[in-house]
Amino acid sequence: MSAIADGYLENLLAGQPYLPPALPALRWINNLRAEAVDRVGELTVPSPRDEAWRFTDISQLTRSSFQRAQTATTLRPVDIERFDIAEAANRLVFVDGQYAPQLSRTAIDCGVVVTHLAEGGEAHAALVESHLGRHAGFGNNVFAALNTAFLQDAALIIAPRNSAVAAPLHLLFIATQPGVASYPRCLLVAQTGSAVTLIEDYVAMQETAYFTNAVTEISLAEGARVQHVRVQREGNEGFHIANCAVTLDRASSYQSVSMALGARLSRYDLKVLQAAEGAECSIDGLALIAGRQLADTHTYIDHAQPFGVSRQLHKCIVGGAAHAVFNGKIMVRPGAQRTDSSQSSRNLLLSDRAHIDTQPQLEIFADDVKCNHGATVGQLNNEEVFYLTSRGLPDGVARKLLTYAFGAEIIARIPVASLREQLAQAVMAQTTDQP
Amino acid sequence: MIYHDSRTLLEVRGLRASVSGIEILKGLDFTVNSGEVHAIMGPNGSGKSTFAKVLAGHPAYTVSAGTVNFMGRNLLDLAPEERARAGVFLAFQYPIEIPGVANSQFLRLAYNTLQAQRGKDELDPLEFDDFVREKMKLLEMSPDFLDRSVNEGFSGGEKKRNEILQMAILQPRLAILDETDSGLDIDALRVVSQGVNQLANPESATVLVTHYQRLLNYIVPDFVHVMEEGRIIKTGGKELAFELEARGYDWVAAEHLEHEAAGRMAA
Repeated sequence: MSAIADGYLENLLAGQPYLPPALPALRWINNLRAEAVDRVGELTVPSPRDEAWRFTDISQLTRSSFQRAQTATTLRPVDIERFDIAEAANRLVFVDGQYAPQLSRTAIDCGVVVTHLAEGGEAHAALVESHLGRHAGFGNNVFAALNTAFLQDAALIIAPRNSAVAAPLHLLFIATQPGVASYPRCLLVAQTGSAVTLIEDYVAMQETAYFTNAVTEISLAEGARVQHVRVQREGNEGFHIANCAVTLDRASSYQSVSMALGARLSRYDLKVLQAAEGAECSIDGLALIAGRQLADTHTYIDHAQPFGVSRQLHKCIVGGAAHAVFNGKIMVRPGAQRTDSSQSSRNLLLSDRAHIDTQPQLEIFADDVKCNHGATVGQLNNEEVFYLTSRGLPDGVARKLLTYAFGAEIIARIPVASLREQLAQAVMAQTTDQP
Repeated sequence: MIYHDSRTLLEVRGLRASVSGIEILKGLDFTVNSGEVHAIMGPNGSGKSTFAKVLAGHPAYTVSAGTVNFMGRNLLDLAPEERARAGVFLAFQYPIEIPGVANSQFLRLAYNTLQAQRGKDELDPLEFDDFVREKMKLLEMSPDFLDRSVNEGFSGGEKKRNEILQMAILQPRLAILDETDSGLDIDALRVVSQGVNQLANPESATVLVTHYQRLLNYIVPDFVHVMEEGRIIKTGGKELAFELEARGYDWVAAEHLEHEAAGRMAA
């Protein structure tokens, strides 16, 4: 290990485990990890002086120390029933970063490979090698580099050519132990013409500080369709930093809905690359936070090729003294003619102490494109509150209902009915009217 | 309808109210007895809609003087939701859209909130469904409107029907209809008016705020009031509406000025 510039990172890396006796076909992963370790050594943790972290001060995170979980989980399926998603026959569960076979369900053959790297990696070695670590670069991203440095296991989903599975696949990451750092990793490879729905779900069974540092990579081959629902409902004291990189081949379609509800501090970086003609993506998000929470969403849609379509609606509902950040960049590269892109950032502040920084950014280097973007920040409309109170609803109920209604547009886009219902109830319960 | 054994529901005396520092109501007097239908007419900017909103408790308006007694209570002391529970209902000129909240959910929430306040039983979703479907027939509304988000994507006429549906469900003692006829075609006007007429009863009263005499062909008022400069300057029977339709408002204002001048002379 080379000298590490940043003491905080050095501490985190000290707990780095080694792969179990390396499987010959996956030995290259050790090289990837070594590269990542070197990169971590060269990088420092971001500060507000870094443009990409201007509004998000992570000193709370870097003041705390976290270690990998030392003990295996004793959770039983009955303990996690409340996280069950009825439609999802297949589920991979990771507890504090470790795969939990007794909680997972992978027996049901749905035409899609649902496994994890340590078990199914070897059988799909060539495919894994061509995708794992290839979409989410870590050159300038210390958290992606850290995740890769700890790469030991990963959720692995492969949708074979022309397979279509209606039932969603559920990846459930549960935080149970205080002071633990976990490094969830997911790889979804949707091969030509396949269709798959993935739920990436972060939950907690604790109220103490811990750190989730996740990386997800999704590859869509020609004509593939992926629906990706991401639910960040971490514990109130949790830190959640995640990177997701999506690469779209010709005429493929990626739809994502991400919800940020939990964590004391969360950051989600989503990069979508339209690497071939005629790719489509829709990227919607809702951050609903209160108290002293901070939720930061950065998205980057890269129209690198012609005839791409992108749609984005991001909403933040911010109460208490919470702080939401949205930065949405849309890049239209030279030659990406006939790009059709629209982006909207809409924000609702519920209190005088709540804060939002929103930055939609459009960079266009092609001349025959249709692009629009916009941002609004507002408070609950008094006219609307009056309408409801004039029907007898107490002021608090009226405000709750209107706040819920603001978020409902995003929730309605979640393609899994029972999860939609679960989240609608969670949002209804969470929408408070703190002064 | 005027009943000889009616009781006074609403008594407004010397009401002054302003919005953003501008006084709109300038000493308004107005009395409504149970069973009666009142129409408040007047030109744009005379304060009709402001009066309707002040009665319902709109927070943007500040009352600086006067009293409003509603069934023995000082209405001005009550928050909007308390006024609703006391039996005041305002049908909005521009009903609000609430995406993501099903109309049935909203209607049931409003109904059950009032039922609880009145010490009556709440209805579960199935019971409420039967109840509301019955009321919807009155307004020739399709049950589809129950599953749609509140007012979202409703046409102007559909929104107004939905307002009267809320009135049918909440059964107020005093219903104030603010420009309910605006934006309605003849068929919608007929249906909405029939609904209002069928809901009328000797215990409650209706106040129509309107620009046009047209509505009053369908809902026949017992009294027609003309508002000008934040006050009621003339009150008459239903025939006054026809006269206003034919002659406009200017003559009423002129007549009022003469009266006032005469009054000052006499004093």
